[in-house]
Amino acid sequence: MKTTLYLNSVCAGFPSPASDYLEGEIDLNRYLIKNPPATFIVKSQGNCMLQAGIHSGDLLVVDRSIKPKNNSIAIASIDGELTVKRIKISGKKYLLTSDNKEYGKIKINSESDIFIWGIVTKVIHNVY
Amino acid sequence: MYIKDKKKVFALADCNSFYASCERVFNPKLENKPVVVLSNNDGCIVARTSEAKALGIKMGEPLFKAKETIEKHNVKVFSSNYTLYGSMSNRVMKILEQFFPDIEIYSIDEAFMEISSLRKIYDYSKYAMKVQKIIFKWTGIPISIGIGETKTLAKVANHIVKDNPKIKGVFDITKIKNKETILKKIKVEKIWGIGNKLSEFLIKNNIHNAYEFIQQNNRWVRKNMNILGLKTKMELNGISCYDLENSFKLRKSCCVSRSFGRRVTSLKDMREAVSTYVIRAAEKIRNEKLVANNINLYIRTSPFNRKSEEYYVNSISIPLDFPTNNTIILNKKVLNGLNKIFKKGYLYQKAGIILSGLETENTDLNLFKKNDKKKEILMNAFDFINQKYGKNSLSIASEGVKKKWLMKRSKCSSNFTTDLKDLLTVRC
Repeated sequence: MKTTLYLNSVCAGFPSPASDYLEGEIDLNRYLIKNPPATFIVKSQGNCMLQAGIHSGDLLVVDRSIKPKNNSIAIASIDGELTVKRIKISGKKYLLTSDNKEYGKIKINSESDIFIWGIVTKVIHNVY
Repeated sequence: MYIKDKKKVFALADCNSFYASCERVFNPKLENKPVVVLSNNDGCIVARTSEAKALGIKMGEPLFKAKETIEKHNVKVFSSNYTLYGSMSNRVMKILEQFFPDIEIYSIDEAFMEISSLRKIYDYSKYAMKVQKIIFKWTGIPISIGIGETKTLAKVANHIVKDNPKIKGVFDITKIKNKETILKKIKVEKIWGIGNKLSEFLIKNNIHNAYEFIQQNNRWVRKNMNILGLKTKMELNGISCYDLENSFKLRKSCCVSRSFGRRVTSLKDMREAVSTYVIRAAEKIRNEKLVANNINLYIRTSPFNRKSEEYYVNSISIPLDFPTNNTIILNKKVLNGLNKIFKKGYLYQKAGIILSGLETENTDLNLFKKNDKKKEILMNAFDFINQKYGKNSLSIASEGVKKKWLMKRSKCSSNFTTDLKDLLTVRC
């Protein structure tokens, strides 16, 4: 819900010349969240996705409604554990990788206990 | 020109083990495991997954009774997190609204839809399956959809889905012209609109399932179960008696009451507790643009420990000078009332307030209503801040900050979707 509070009394008289040009303020929600019922915000922990611009403690905007593309960053459930991974698609094969080379690649097939929870669309990083 | 009303078709969307499913979304480890959710104060089991049901855990069972089973089978137990469930429910309902323009939100996890307008464009089942898949993908919540000629038959169709894991979430009963076999499978206590007492009565009269029920003649039904029973019978026969209720019914009263997590003994703690309830209740009625004419306040000790704790219960009815939904006025009145009924030396277990004589807020002039504009602006700001920055960002001083008396909710999950401080942490 949005409410605008006008605490000042209104004066009758000459109207503001800007009143015809009033537009809504920039709404970051609209910029960050394309599909509200399908969007969740989670917090990252760890530094394995620095190349993707994700630092520990950043907020990740996750859209569950969109399809992954090659190189998309995803929240994946691996054995019930939610982790941030990069998706590599080659043909019909899906691979989950980490930007940190120490972690191996994980294949997704129908038998594995792995599913894509959602796709990360934005990263909110604090610099102040 | 007279246009004959086209035959209606209803669908009922019902979230599967909704509370437990909400917990699973944020904790995939719970997938395929038995999960139960407890009522306020962790007393009884109010939701269970099919895995928990299979272990013989009953709905409404007190926690201590199921304890052995829970420990033996490592059942995961959660306190109810209504903030989370409410937020997930909103998401599911918003998606349903996108796909079904005629919708009635029936409860936190159910909605009725009138879908006959889709007749020419889609096959009902296929469309419902599509929506079901989308809801699961977008929110992680599994739902079942039953489709029928009436609301009661849509409910029946939904039961069929839930009882048959082979049916993949959607069942359209309109495709079955002779419903005898299906209705025979529906026990009378499962029929929508037939409560415990009526089903006991029917069973006594040797009527055990929906099919046997609709064989009774109208006069008998009318005589023993009044007009509502007759409507239920007609609905089971495919004659629609209940339409979607789109306009929210005006509520007549608004009640906020909780048992305390631990006994409250001091007036100070009690003031905090009732002030919180006033804030909640006032917020609720403001949301619905209602004003109250009267407040009831009650406090009591535990009725179950009469041997060890002395029993005390008291209440007070506080009339208001003019109808209002202003938290500050209501709170002042309630705290005055509390001073009159609070007695020292008791171990209080519960308190509650009821706002009654509710009417729609209008701008009619009231001679005695002083210029209330400023307070109205204040209340708008109050709700706005609490919506924007999270509950309890702004509160009245008497509400207290510590809240020692809060409900016992020892196994509560986080407010993943409503509180920035409570976000799900994901490793990378």
